[in-house]
Amino acid sequence: MSQATMTRREWLLTDRPQSRLQARLGRAYVTWRRFTANWLAVVGMLIIMGLILIALFAPLLAPYSPYIGDLAGKRLLPPGAGHWLGTDDQGRDILSRLIYGSRLTLQVVVLVAVIAAPIGLLVGTVAGYAGGWLDAVLMRITDIFLAFPKLVLALAFVAALGPGIGNAIIAIAITSWPPYARIARAETLTVRNSDYISAVRLMGASPWRIVLRHIMPLCISSLIVRVTLDMAGIILTAAGLGFLGLGAQPPLPEWGAMIASGRRFILDQWWVAAMPGFAILIVSLGFNLLGDGLRDALDPRGSSQ
Amino acid sequence: MSSTETQMPARRASRRALPILKSVAGFVAIVATTYLGLLAVTFFIGRVVPIDPVLAIVGDRAPAHVVERVRQEMGLNLPYYQQFVLYVKGVLQGDFGTSVLTTNPVMTDIRRVFPATMELATAGTIIGAAFGIPLGVLAAVKRGSIADQIVRILGLIGYSVPIFWLGLLALLVFYARLGWTSGPGRIDVVYEYSFTPVTGFYLIDAVINRDWAAFRDIFSHIILPASLLGYFSLAYISRMTRSFMLNELSQEYIVAARAKGLSETRIIWGHALRNAAVPLVTVIALSYAGLLEGSVLTETVFAWPGLGLYITNSLQNADMNAVLGGTIIIGSVFIAINLFSDVLYRMLDPRTRN
Amino acid sequence: MNPLLTVEDLHVRFPTRTGVVEAVRGVSFTLGRERLGIVGESGSGKSQTGRAIMGLTPTHAEISAKRMEFDGIDLLRAPPAQRRALRGNRIAMILQDPKYSLNPVMTIGRQIVETLRTHEKVSQAEARKRALAMLEAVQIRDAARVYDLYPHEVSGGMGQRAMIAMMLVAGPELLIADEPTSALDVTVQLEVLGILDRLVRERGMGLIFISHDLRLVSSFCDRVIVMYAGKIVEELAASELSRAEHPYTQGLLDCMPRIGADRHPLPVLERKPEWAL
Repeated sequence: MSQATMTRREWLLTDRPQSRLQARLGRAYVTWRRFTANWLAVVGMLIIMGLILIALFAPLLAPYSPYIGDLAGKRLLPPGAGHWLGTDDQGRDILSRLIYGSRLTLQVVVLVAVIAAPIGLLVGTVAGYAGGWLDAVLMRITDIFLAFPKLVLALAFVAALGPGIGNAIIAIAITSWPPYARIARAETLTVRNSDYISAVRLMGASPWRIVLRHIMPLCISSLIVRVTLDMAGIILTAAGLGFLGLGAQPPLPEWGAMIASGRRFILDQWWVAAMPGFAILIVSLGFNLLGDGLRDALDPRGSSQ
Repeated sequence: MSSTETQMPARRASRRALPILKSVAGFVAIVATTYLGLLAVTFFIGRVVPIDPVLAIVGDRAPAHVVERVRQEMGLNLPYYQQFVLYVKGVLQGDFGTSVLTTNPVMTDIRRVFPATMELATAGTIIGAAFGIPLGVLAAVKRGSIADQIVRILGLIGYSVPIFWLGLLALLVFYARLGWTSGPGRIDVVYEYSFTPVTGFYLIDAVINRDWAAFRDIFSHIILPASLLGYFSLAYISRMTRSFMLNELSQEYIVAARAKGLSETRIIWGHALRNAAVPLVTVIALSYAGLLEGSVLTETVFAWPGLGLYITNSLQNADMNAVLGGTIIIGSVFIAINLFSDVLYRMLDPRTRN
Repeated sequence: MNPLLTVEDLHVRFPTRTGVVEAVRGVSFTLGRERLGIVGESGSGKSQTGRAIMGLTPTHAEISAKRMEFDGIDLLRAPPAQRRALRGNRIAMILQDPKYSLNPVMTIGRQIVETLRTHEKVSQAEARKRALAMLEAVQIRDAARVYDLYPHEVSGGMGQRAMIAMMLVAGPELLIADEPTSALDVTVQLEVLGILDRLVRERGMGLIFISHDLRLVSSFCDRVIVMYAGKIVEELAASELSRAEHPYTQGLLDCMPRIGADRHPLPVLERKPEWAL
């Protein structure tokens, strides 16, 4: 190892950082090292990075069109040289459809996270900071949503809203926020009475400023871990809705819907239904491994368990 | 922990009577508000979200006079809060409206299909706990070993695999290719009419009727979907067992048990697991509730005539009353299971027993 | 008379990510049917010495010694089953805090009976009778009632008596008491010590009394070993405590306030790195 990298490492790991930036980078470095020490977590991260790249470059990567197949000559071909994963009942290349389907999967998880996490964060921090009746009411509502089975509630919502990927995303988001609210509230309660929050309060900061600027940032890291761990569940729920015909509608190459359409051929052309399932399994496994690794890296206390 | 050496039982009883009453009242209040919230959400889904709730219930092919009649029946001309009061009254009397698909009252339908779901979820939980707890214990005791890693990966795959897909593959392999099990459904047509259900749990009914041929058939039908659900609860149960056991094994009383000269087997199963069992009960209850939910997709794949299949069939036919009825029932069972696990927890842990 | 226990050059090492930590570094002593105190601050290796004799050292630790013999049995070479048969039966150990060292979901009676039935073939009724007798021996008046109580239902002093009963019920010859009274209220400390003292005397057991409290140990034991950083720095008869030579022992003694003595400036315990060499 060269002299330069050694000193850079020492700079990162110093006990006396000279600037806020150095302290932050140092902490990030320690977390990163803890994270990469867990090879399963690294595998998870690579899977998710792969998913993002595939989604970004889908048109370049897909060998065929995901929508237009060769009905005449290429129906239900088994995996082979021309079509690595075979073709479906409409003569479409399954690999190409999976590649384009990664965009839908990514869209679902990102949108659900973007909708549900802030709702949960807001409800939880406000409830935790305000306390009293507001806390009681907000947490009661949270508990009511928690008492619902997630998938069944999402089903009912989609049934009312009508099938479609947009409605599926809304339904999953509505059912996903309560655990985030609980986490955010728990974190808020631990910092609420700490001295530095009192100090900010004494300086005359409004409750909103305290919640938004001082409490919410502290909840972010545990929330990120939880959201990452939930991603797999979100993907599975979305796929389940797609499988029941309530999520993305044909001809969209949504993986769950692809399994549903391959179901008829399961006995003789198993690959039509099997391939999308492998895609779902790999991606949700990736999110689970990543989430596990993140939790262990960000929260060394929990990692012993 | 009390600092006095002993307490007079009578005094203890009188001192604790009031808090118990209070906590029971609080308990009831919480359950009641949760249930009311559940109804509010389903009411919202059924009446407020759809553009025309009547169409959502009778479907868009219904003749005009039917639409008008249902509109009157539901009290849709009334303001929302009055509608809600009527709705709650109805549900509390077991009236979820009529299913368009089956033309039966929804409650009648649910009563018919619910035991099938219960039987499947129960069998799944038994399988999950029977394998999940020993695997979790093994992983904790052999922490960091190959066995631990295998249990961990087995669990992570369980968290990551789409259940309906795994069900399809299982049918393909074990039913179609290997012929080890029966295919979709709950019982073969041969037995369907000669078989008289008693409890609604077919396996138990077959035993009661001493109908062993039917028992074999029912068993070969249930084993695949139950194992599948069992795998999912195994993933959860083994993971939690491992974490609880690691916590217990690091306690001082384990050192004391070793100092007494007990065997490792006895320390692990008799002492550590006995303590881990207290939180594990909650986990098993939660996984049971989770399987009720998982049954929605599993039953669809295995054509299992339970509540999950009922809900999905109704969904596909836009039969809103049936969907919401099923949702309320599953939600109610969720609440009941949570309550039950709470009570069980108190009974298992001597520290919370009195 | 042959010594009950011989320890010669005992080492206990814990490999960690940052290197090997030596908790015990070459401890030697012999013990007859007498009362030996081991004193030291936390981290001095006194508890690990006790646990090494019991065979309760964590599995990832390395343990070595020139000799470690109990009544002619080579403890280092004894198979695990034999060591287990010794534990609770011939060598017993009392832990610090009954709040944590008693199994919370088992009644006190069952925990005592369990020790007995692990080592002796006795009927349930006989075991119960002996457990009750043992509870009475630790001066629990209402033994039959306490028998059916759970650990959280009794006080700390009562819990520690139950602990003593649980560990002595099989009649061990050597007892290791690891800070047996530190977690208790001052008022019940003396009671519990009195019970322990009487039982050790009556039954002619060897006792290793591990504590950070030099005054307590010297009043309770025949002989005292002072440990610092994993090593024995001084060994002396309890009656000759005032003649302690090592500055660390003197420091420990100086920490005890004496009535009438000048308390200014308050003495501070000195720790010189060369003592650890």
